Amino acid sequence: MNDEVDHSRRRLLTAATVGTGAIGVAFAAVPFLASWQPSARAKALGAPVEVDASKLEAGQMLKVVWRGQPVFVVRRVKAILGQLGDHDAMLADPNSNDSIQPGYIKSSGPARARNPEYWVGLAVCTHLSCSPLGAFEANNSFQVAGTDLGANWPGGFYCPCHGSKYDISGRVFKSMPAPKNLTVPPYAFADAARLVIGVDDAPKTV
Amino acid sequence: MAAAPESADLSKGGGFIGWIDQRFPLTKLWKEQVAEYYAPKNFNFWYYFGSLAMLILVNQLVTGIFLTMHYKPSSAEAFSSVEYIMRDVDWGWLIRYLHSTGASAFFIVVYLHMFRALLYGSHRKPRELLWIFGCLIFVLLMAEAFMGYVLPWGNMSYWGAQVIVSLFGSVPYIGGALVDWIRGDYNIGDATLNRFFALHVAALPLALIFLVIAHLMALHEVGSNNPDGIEIKKYKDAQGHPLDGIPFHPYYTVKDLFGVAGFLLLFCGVVFFAPTFGGLFLESPNFEPANPLQTPPHIAPVWYFTPYYAMLRAVPSFAGTQVWGVMVMGAAIVVLFFVPWLDRSPVRSIRYRGPIYKVMLTIFALSFISLGICGLKPPAGIYPTLAKVSTILYFAFFLLMPWYTKFDSVKPVPERVTGHA
Repeated sequence: MNDEVDHSRRRLLTAATVGTGAIGVAFAAVPFLASWQPSARAKALGAPVEVDASKLEAGQMLKVVWRGQPVFVVRRVKAILGQLGDHDAMLADPNSNDSIQPGYIKSSGPARARNPEYWVGLAVCTHLSCSPLGAFEANNSFQVAGTDLGANWPGGFYCPCHGSKYDISGRVFKSMPAPKNLTVPPYAFADAARLVIGVDDAPKTV
Repeated sequence: MAAAPESADLSKGGGFIGWIDQRFPLTKLWKEQVAEYYAPKNFNFWYYFGSLAMLILVNQLVTGIFLTMHYKPSSAEAFSSVEYIMRDVDWGWLIRYLHSTGASAFFIVVYLHMFRALLYGSHRKPRELLWIFGCLIFVLLMAEAFMGYVLPWGNMSYWGAQVIVSLFGSVPYIGGALVDWIRGDYNIGDATLNRFFALHVAALPLALIFLVIAHLMALHEVGSNNPDGIEIKKYKDAQGHPLDGIPFHPYYTVKDLFGVAGFLLLFCGVVFFAPTFGGLFLESPNFEPANPLQTPPHIAPVWYFTPYYAMLRAVPSFAGTQVWGVMVMGAAIVVLFFVPWLDRSPVRSIRYRGPIYKVMLTIFALSFISLGICGLKPPAGIYPTLAKVSTILYFAFFLLMPWYTKFDSVKPVPERVTGHA
C-alpha cells in the first residue's frame, strides 16, 4: 500500500471544493439579499395620483402624497410669471442640466412647468430628503424657520434642515448643501386645473 | 457515589465543581480570565469605562428583551405601542427609560474609554487588534443606536431615517437602487421599520456580543496597558506573576464595583429625574408620530451622532453631488482604525510625551465637542464656519500624527509603574 500523500493533488481538490462551496454560498445569498427589494405590494402602491388644483388660490400650495413622497403643487401669482428667469445668475443649475425632471419640464425654461401658473415638484430636498418650506413672497428680509432669507430673496423654498434655498421653480441657489434642483415627477393635466401625478400623458376623463 | 468515567482527570478535584471541571474548563476559565489575570496595579479613574460599557451592554440586552415583549414593529402600531409601554405596561416607563438612557450612557462611556486609549497609548503595539475590535464595536454601536432610534416611529425617527438612508443615495451609479434596497420601498415605511427592528434586536446585538468577546480575548492575550504605558510583564516574581500586577479578582472587581455604584447614582438620577435630558437623550419632535409630509423644523440627530453630522453638513456639495460630505463623515470613523500606525511616538503614555501631543490631543477633544455643539444647532450664524474649522482640526489630529508624534520631545520612561502603593 502506498502511504505517500499526493499533496499537490490534495491542494487542488481542496481549492476546488472551497471554490465550489463559495459559489454555492454566493447563490444561496441571493434570495436573502433580494428579499430586501421593494416587494410586489410596495411596487403596486406606486400608482399615479389625481389632484384637483382648481380651489388653490394664487400664492398657495398644497402637498399630496405620491409613492409615499410629498409632492408640492404651487399656484404662482401671475405677477411673477414674467420674472422667473430674472435671477438665473444666483442659481447653481438655472437650466436644470444636472437635475431630475421629465424632458418636457426641462424644455419649459425657468418655469419648469407644463403650465407656468402651476408648479409641481417633489417636496424632497435634494440634499438629504428633508421637506422644504414654501416662502413665496419676494421680501426684503423674509423670516422662515428663524432664518432671514436676505434682501434679494425672489420667493421660493427654504429647507430648514441644512439651509438649502430654491427659487419658486425649485431651482437651487449657488453654494447650497443641496446639489440639484428639486426633482419634478412626471405629471399631466387632465383638464385646466386637474393634475395626474405619476404619468406623462393624462388619461381621458369621463 | 457514581464511579468517575475512565477518561476523567481526577487531578481536577472532587465535589460538584470537580465534576464540572472534568467536563468543562470552569475553574480554568475563571482562573485564566479573572482570578489569575494580572492587571497593572496603577489603574486610575479612566479604567472604569471598560467595565461600565459591559454593564450598560447587559442593561441594554435585558431591558431590550423586555421592550420587545410589548413593542410592535409596524408603521401603523409602533408609535402607539411605545405609548402603551409608557402608560399601560406596569413599570414599562422604567424599562424604556433604562433602555433610552442606556443608549446615551453607552456612548458617554465608550467615548471616554476611547479617549483613555489616546491618553495612555493603549492602541499601540501589541494592542492594535484590540483597538481595531474596539473600533468595530464602535461602528456597530452606531448602527445599533441609529436603528433603535427609528423604532419608536416618532417624527424625528422618521426624518432621521430619511436623512441617514439618503446618505447611501450619494454613492455614484448605484445610489438610487441601493436606497430602494435598504428601505424595501420607495420611501421610509413599514418595510424599513420591520427590517431595522430585526437588525436592532437580533443581528447587531449578536455581532456586538461576538466582538466584545473578541475584544476581551485580545485584551487578555496581550495584557492590559496602564497609565504609564509600560509593559508590566518585564519584571516577574518567583511564581511568574508580574511584580506590578494584581489579580483582576478581587482587586479590580471591587474597584469596578465602586465605579458601578458611582455610575448608577448618576444614571438613575437621569432615568428618574431627567429621562429626556432637556431634549438631548430623547428629542421632543419624537413625541409626535412619524409624518412623511412634515419635516421637523430643525433636524438634529441624538447628541452622540452630532459631531459626525456636523462634519456632513460642513462640506458643501461639489461637482453636482453631495457625496463629499458623506465621505468626510465616513473618513472620520475610518481614520480611527489607523491610529496604531499613525502614532510614531517612542512612548505610549501622555505622561512621558512632549507638549505637542498634549496640545494636539486637547485641540482634538475641543474640536470633537465643538462639532457636537455645531451638529445640535441650526446651520446658521457662526456654526457653519465653526463646524468647518473643527472638522479640519479633527482630521489634523490624525493626519499630522505621524509627524508631530515623531518630532515631539519625550521624557524618560520608568522601568516600573509609578504611583502610590
